Parts: sequence; structure tokens; C-alpha cells
Amino acid sequence: MTPSLLYAFAGAGLCGIGMFGFIQLRHLLRKLLAFNLIGSGTFLVLVGLAQHGQGPDAVPQALVLTGIVVSIAATALAIVLIRRYFHLSGHTSLEADDSDSGQGGAE
Amino acid sequence: MKRILAVTLPLLASMALVLLLGASLWSIAGSQTPVNLPELLAGKMNESGVNHPVTAVLLNFRSYDTLLEIAVLVIAGITGISMARTASLEDPELRTSDSLLYALQRWFIPLMLLLAGYLLWAGADRPGGAFQAGAVLAGCGVLMRLGGIPLGFLRPGLLLRVGLGLGFAVFLLVAVLSAMAGEAFLAYPPGMTKPLIITIETVLTFSIAMVLLALFVSAPVNDAGAPGEDDS
Repeated sequence: MTPSLLYAFAGAGLCGIGMFGFIQLRHLLRKLLAFNLIGSGTFLVLVGLAQHGQGPDAVPQALVLTGIVVSIAATALAIVLIRRYFHLSGHTSLEADDSDSGQGGAE
Repeated sequence: MKRILAVTLPLLASMALVLLLGASLWSIAGSQTPVNLPELLAGKMNESGVNHPVTAVLLNFRSYDTLLEIAVLVIAGITGISMARTASLEDPELRTSDSLLYALQRWFIPLMLLLAGYLLWAGADRPGGAFQAGAVLAGCGVLMRLGGIPLGFLRPGLLLRVGLGLGFAVFLLVAVLSAMAGEAFLAYPPGMTKPLIITIETVLTFSIAMVLLALFVSAPVNDAGAPGEDDS
């Protein structure tokens, strides 16, 4: 058990939290944040696991750097789309009726 | 009952995901890797034209990824612009004017431009490079936009198109030219590696900054009278 492996396990945990949020939350921005959390968890797994055996590895680091830039652009695009959706429909979630929103729902 | 079930099921599913991920991580970490990538990379470093391994991987050994990445960015930027409510991304009506921001950015913008240039140059032998520099440059543009400085190049027209497409176009041009000159696609001709990488990094910086700024600017602005949107 090395510190790098700890990062990888933390990444797995982040993936789980993000997955729960992505399923459970209604508000589209929250869904987006949860999705980003899954992405960050994946990056942590990639870097941490590669670093575990043989020290810092530049190849997964470069891949993760590429992934971060793409995820920033994708997040920004998703925000543009969500705001457009909100302008057109007035809803902040994909379901039409927000009356039975559970915990952490559409409020 | 239904609500409890609606919370418990996702909770159980994500806990199962974490356990599965953890178990597979544990088994991967215990096994021996067949290839020693850092060693392989260190052996090839003096062919790469730069001194920093991450930059070498990004722009030489795995430049395919970077090429496709900038393509994704350009597509995202164009989609964002076409989603914008306003006909023009740079309308005098959309500028805010805040005297505090204005005073602040007189100090910040020169510094940020300098930092972006430094990051771009530092990518050759230490952490840095096109993406970091592009992000700083985009932040600079966001600050200028918020402070009410006219950004004429964001008007639809030649400058916007060139700015968005420049990085991808130059990268693709280099790749195709080197393929036509007898090398493989995306393999730089020997001896030209360093100048080519610097050229590509510079145009990538501009394009990345442009895409991020365009995405920021193209979020629909507040003239629709929608609830909660026009109180800025």
C-alpha cells in the first residue's frame, strides 16, 4: 500500500459518489457536477495506479492533462446547453413535474 | 417507501461500483506490469525535441491525442457559439462596467499575459505548456470581458473563425505535410522537431484560449426576462 495507491482508491470513491449523485440528483447543474466528479475520479485512478509501481509516469499524466482540457470544454458546453434549455422551458430538471422532488432535488 | 427505495437503490449501486473498482484496482496493483513506460520514455527523450516528459508525450509520442483534443475543443466552441441567444457575441450592451474590476485589471492583465507567455515557453523543460497558457489567456479574456473592455475579435467574422480554427489547422497541416514528405502521419521530420513543436504550441495556446473564451461568452445573457436571470 503506497500513497499513490491511496490516490487510486480515493479516485474509486469519487467515482462512486459521483455516480450516486448523477442518478439521484434532479437539478441539471448538480447532475453535471456529479458527472465531473466521476471524471475527476477516473483521472485520479489513472495517475495514481500508474504511479504505484514504477514512480511518476508521464504517459498517463499527459493523457489526464488532455482529458482535463476536454472535460473543461465539455462542461462549458453543457452549461451553455443547460442555460439554453432553462431559457426555453423554464425547468431546471429533465422531468416536467418537480413537485415530488426528493432530497437534494430540484430546489 | 417508494422514496426510501429511490434513495437506497442508487446508493447500493454506487457502493457496489466502488467495491468493484476497489477490488480491480487492488488486483491490478498487485500484478506486474508488462511494459515499463517511464523507462521506455526516458530512453527516447533525446529524440523528442523537448526536455519535459509530459510535453514530449503530448506533442510528440502521442500527438494524435492532442490533435483530436483540439478538434473536440473547436467543435465544442462552435456548438457553444451557435447555441448563443445573441446574434453577436460582442455587443456593447452586454458589457458591464465596474470601476473596481477596471482598476484591478489594469494591474492583472499585463501580468497574466506575461504569465501565459512564460507558461508556454516553460513547457519545454518543466511543467507548463499550451493548455496551461491557453487557460491563463482565456482567464485574461474573461476578466477583460467582465471589465467592459471591447473585444472586437469576438464579433462574428474572419478573426473569430481564424482564432478558433488556427490551432487545429496548423497542427493538421504539419501532420499532413510530414506525411507527404515521407514520414509517418504526425511524425516530425528529424531536426525540425523543436521549432515545429514550439509553433504548434503557440497556435494551440491561442486557439484554446479562444475556444474557452467563446464558450464563456456564449452562455446566453440576461435579456430574455427569464426568472432569476436578470438581476445582475
